[in-house]
Amino acid sequence: MAKATVDARGRSCPEPVVMTKNALDTYKDDVEIIVDAEVAKENVKRFAENRGFKVKISEKDDEYILHITK
Amino acid sequence: MKKAPIFIAGGVIGLLAALLVKFGNPVNMGICVACFYRDIAGALGLHRAEVVQYIRPEIIGFILGAFILALAKKEFRPRGGSSPLIRFVLGFFVMIGALVFLGCPLRMILRLANGDLNALVGLVGFVFGIFIGIQFIKKGFSLGRSYKQATVNGYVMPAFAIILLILLLAQPAFIFFSQEGPGATHAPILLSLIAGLIVGAIVQRTRLCTVGGFRDAILIKDFHLLTGLAGIFVVALISNLIFNPAAFKIGFVDQPIAHTEFLWNFLGMTLVGLGSCLLGGCPLRQTILAAEGDTDAAVTVFGLITGAAFAHNFGIAASAKGVPVNGQIAVLIGLVVVLAIASFIVWQKQQAQVKTNVKEGVQVG
Repeated sequence: MAKATVDARGRSCPEPVVMTKNALDTYKDDVEIIVDAEVAKENVKRFAENRGFKVKISEKDDEYILHITK
Repeated sequence: MKKAPIFIAGGVIGLLAALLVKFGNPVNMGICVACFYRDIAGALGLHRAEVVQYIRPEIIGFILGAFILALAKKEFRPRGGSSPLIRFVLGFFVMIGALVFLGCPLRMILRLANGDLNALVGLVGFVFGIFIGIQFIKKGFSLGRSYKQATVNGYVMPAFAIILLILLLAQPAFIFFSQEGPGATHAPILLSLIAGLIVGAIVQRTRLCTVGGFRDAILIKDFHLLTGLAGIFVVALISNLIFNPAAFKIGFVDQPIAHTEFLWNFLGMTLVGLGSCLLGGCPLRQTILAAEGDTDAAVTVFGLITGAAFAHNFGIAASAKGVPVNGQIAVLIGLVVVLAIASFIVWQKQQAQVKTNVKEGVQVG
C-alpha cells in the first residue's frame, strides 16, 4: 500500500503533474497517481522520471495507476 | 537525442506552414488556428466581414486527422463536465486577444519565423500571460475533473468537421466565400486538407501545444514541448527562405496582416496566454482534444468561434491599420473577466482547504 493515493482522473493539463509534484513534496516517495488519459500518464511518468523516481504503471478499465518510488 | 522526435514533429508543421503559403495561403498565415476559425465563422455568416470568409480545410484536417489517429490508438474517449461554461467564456476571450494581436500563438511563431518583430512583442506578452496563469495553477486553480460520457458525444466534433467539408465542396449560396482579402487567399482545397490531416495527426501523437511548451518549461523545467516549438520556428524560418524568399523581411513596419501597436500586441497575447494556460492548452491543442472526444475542449472551440463572430460584428478585431478602440476595451474587459474567474476559483479552493486542511486529491492511504 502506497503512502498516498492521488486521484488525478479527468484533470486538464498540467494538473495531474502539479498534483503529483505536491504529493511527492509532501510524502517524498511511494505515492500512487490514478489517471484516465494517455496524455496525463505520459506527463506524470516523464515528470517523475526526470526527477529520478521509478515509475511502475498498471492499467485497469481505461485507467492507469502510476506507482512512483525512489 | 531524446528530443529529436519532438523537434522533427514541430519541424514538419513549420515546413507545411511555409508550403501552404507557397501554394496560396496568406503570407505569414500558412497556419493560424484563430484566423481560420474566424474565416469559418464568416463563411457560416456569423459575422459579415467580407474579406475573411472561407471554410478553411486545414481546420477540418486538424479535427479529422486527430480523430482518426485517436481512434486507431484507442485514445478516443468521450468525456466532459469540467466547467464547460467557463471554458466557453475563456475560449471567447482567447479569440478576442488573438484577433487584436492578429493570430493565434502558432501564427505568432510563424510570423516571427518570417521576420515580423511585432510577433516578438506578442511572444513576450504571451509568456507573461502564461506566467500569470501558472501562479493561479500553483495556488490550486482547477476547472474540476471531467467524466466519461456516452460515446455519441465524441462524434459531434468530427461530424461538425464533415459537415464543414460538405459545405466547402458543395459551396451552397448561403455560405459566404470572400472574393478578395485574406479569405480569398488560400491554397488548393486538397492540399490544405492534407496538410491539416498531417498536422492534426502530429499534434495528436506528440501533444504539441504552444502554451504547454512555455508552461512546462517555467513550471516544471521540462523543455520537451518547447523543443517542438523550436522545431516549428527553425524549420519555418529555413523553409520560408527557400520557398518564399521575396516575403521574408525583418522589422516592425509593413509586415503582412499585422500592426505595430506594441501595447496591444503585448496585451492581446497576454490575454491569449493567460486564458489558454487556464484552459490547459492553446487553440490548436483544444481543437485536437475536441477531436479526441473531449467535449469540454469542443465547447472551448465553439467559444473561440463565437469570440471571432463578436470580434468582427462589434469592431473589435484589429487590422493592418491598427487596433480599434472597441478592440482595446474588449481586451481590457477580457483580462478583468479572466483574472476574476481565476481569482474566484482559487479563493474558493483556499476556503475549502482551510476547512478540511488537506491538499485536494491527496488521501493518506
